[in-house]
Amino acid sequence: MALSGISRVRRQLPTSPWLFAAPGLLVTGAFVLYPFLSTLVNAFTDRRTLIPGQFVGLANFRELLQDDMFWTGLRNSTLYVLGVVPPLVVLPLLLALLVQKNIPGITFFRSAFYTPVVASIVVVGLIWVWLLDDRGLVNSLLETVGADRVGFLSDQWLLLLSAMAVTVWKGLGYYMIIYLAALGNVPRELHEAAAVDGAGAVRRFMTVTVPAVRSTMVLVGALSSVAAFKVFSEVYLLAGPSGGPAGEDTTLVMLVQRTGTGLTGRVGYASAIAVVVFVVTVVLMLLVLRADRKEES
Amino acid sequence: MSVLEKTPPREKVPAAVREPRITDEHGRRVRVWELALRYVLLLAVLALTIGPFLWQLSTSLKGPTEDIYSSPPTFLPGDPTLHNYERVADTIPVWDYALNSLKVATANVVTNCVGAALAGYALARLRYRGRRVATLAFILAMLVPVEGIIIAQFTTMRELGLNNTLIGVVLPGCIGAMNVLLMRNAFLNLPYEIEEAAFVDGANVWQRFLRIALPSVKGTLAVVAIFAFMGAWDDFLWPLIVLSDPSRFTLTIGLNYLHGTFANDERLVAAGTIIAVAPLIALFACLQRYFFRGVGEGAVKG
Repeated sequence: MALSGISRVRRQLPTSPWLFAAPGLLVTGAFVLYPFLSTLVNAFTDRRTLIPGQFVGLANFRELLQDDMFWTGLRNSTLYVLGVVPPLVVLPLLLALLVQKNIPGITFFRSAFYTPVVASIVVVGLIWVWLLDDRGLVNSLLETVGADRVGFLSDQWLLLLSAMAVTVWKGLGYYMIIYLAALGNVPRELHEAAAVDGAGAVRRFMTVTVPAVRSTMVLVGALSSVAAFKVFSEVYLLAGPSGGPAGEDTTLVMLVQRTGTGLTGRVGYASAIAVVVFVVTVVLMLLVLRADRKEES
Repeated sequence: MSVLEKTPPREKVPAAVREPRITDEHGRRVRVWELALRYVLLLAVLALTIGPFLWQLSTSLKGPTEDIYSSPPTFLPGDPTLHNYERVADTIPVWDYALNSLKVATANVVTNCVGAALAGYALARLRYRGRRVATLAFILAMLVPVEGIIIAQFTTMRELGLNNTLIGVVLPGCIGAMNVLLMRNAFLNLPYEIEEAAFVDGANVWQRFLRIALPSVKGTLAVVAIFAFMGAWDDFLWPLIVLSDPSRFTLTIGLNYLHGTFANDERLVAAGTIIAVAPLIALFACLQRYFFRGVGEGAVKG
């Protein structure tokens, strides 16, 4: 009955619903859905930036299998997920517990912990390049305590680890807020009952808090793993456009950017890599959701 | 102003906030040693999250004669100077880049607020054939990873002749699907009766949208505006791909360029990064309540 008035409007102004939705649909169609479809099509062509290209079937994908750089990118993007997701699921939860209590000044701490999220990734990247430089703050502190300087930005593996640390550092505050919202919904009776039963803080955390925020942990795991697989900026800024020593730190999205742009860009080949990125992210999402369902049953 | 604002707010302020004594989230008194431990941990995390920014600020204020590589490091500049900020401006047109970023971010805020509000209203409140398809289009668009379609976006932009322009930087994200769905949820939560009353009074669909529905979702609109500004100001990958002419760079791309060209003078890079991050931190400090609400809403409503 509440809808009757609205439906009469349709007779009155038949075009206006579409006028409302048109700008949004136009932009989404032209710059998201059309590029998505054309990426799928381009992946099967030898299109280049200035050359329209022709259908080549699975040639791009066959070439991928033989391309060492592709395997390097796939390896690094996968390692990134493995290295970044566990700390991003656990640490922000501990941080949320730390800032949950309404003690004086806590709003300041919450905001301060969120600052790295707000700062642009370029700023964050350049700050960490300076911190991890051979002569930077971290090394100068190491030297002060008598340790050797470490080449964080020159060794292939240390570089990847450093980029992971930057990703975790920048993401902490974001996931902390998500956990904070979830913690607010944990019924206090559970905590009180456990406390009456004599459970200590650690025990209560494992038996009350963790089960109560489990679905949030799955959400954080899904969000952070998909984001980690698509990593670009952190590694690009720390390792440089060519991806560190001999390109060994290149990630898949860096490879997409490098092969697909410029006047000689191989749009078709880059699209094929992008398709791999799509497929893996969809699989990652399904894996996380499936793990969630299994544990529930 | 609107009728809806008189209804009580949905979020309750926890009672503990108003009490003067120090209590936990359940209203119990917190013990002193536990409180001390909390502050120690809080300060440790504070050093880790804010420290790097302060170190960058300190580096940017150190003069040319000061050793920035000393060991042990000196945290406070011996003779603070703004000299490096002048030098950045001599080296790259940093204020032009900041202006470009400001243009892009402002345009992004306007287009996202207007476009997402209009489309969200159409999805939530209007009845017409094809509404489900339109909703589905936005949901699908939200799921498409930007990183994967960026090359196709670039070729689309080339075909439109808009690559290497600021319009080209703005267009792909100018009405985010996520924002449309956020606005849709906000409009869905409004009671129908108020619009009904306006309809009976003879208000047409535009009047109802502008005078009644829109003022009632100001909170969500603010969240969309803040995230649109931040997203555009901070974006890196897309402007990197679409802009090639240094005179059109935004601040993030300009900084990356500064770093690549003059990597050997950290003072300059530091000054540049502070110019890029300071306005954003100031904006965030003023609007942090909306930030946290926005993240919370995004996470809960998915």
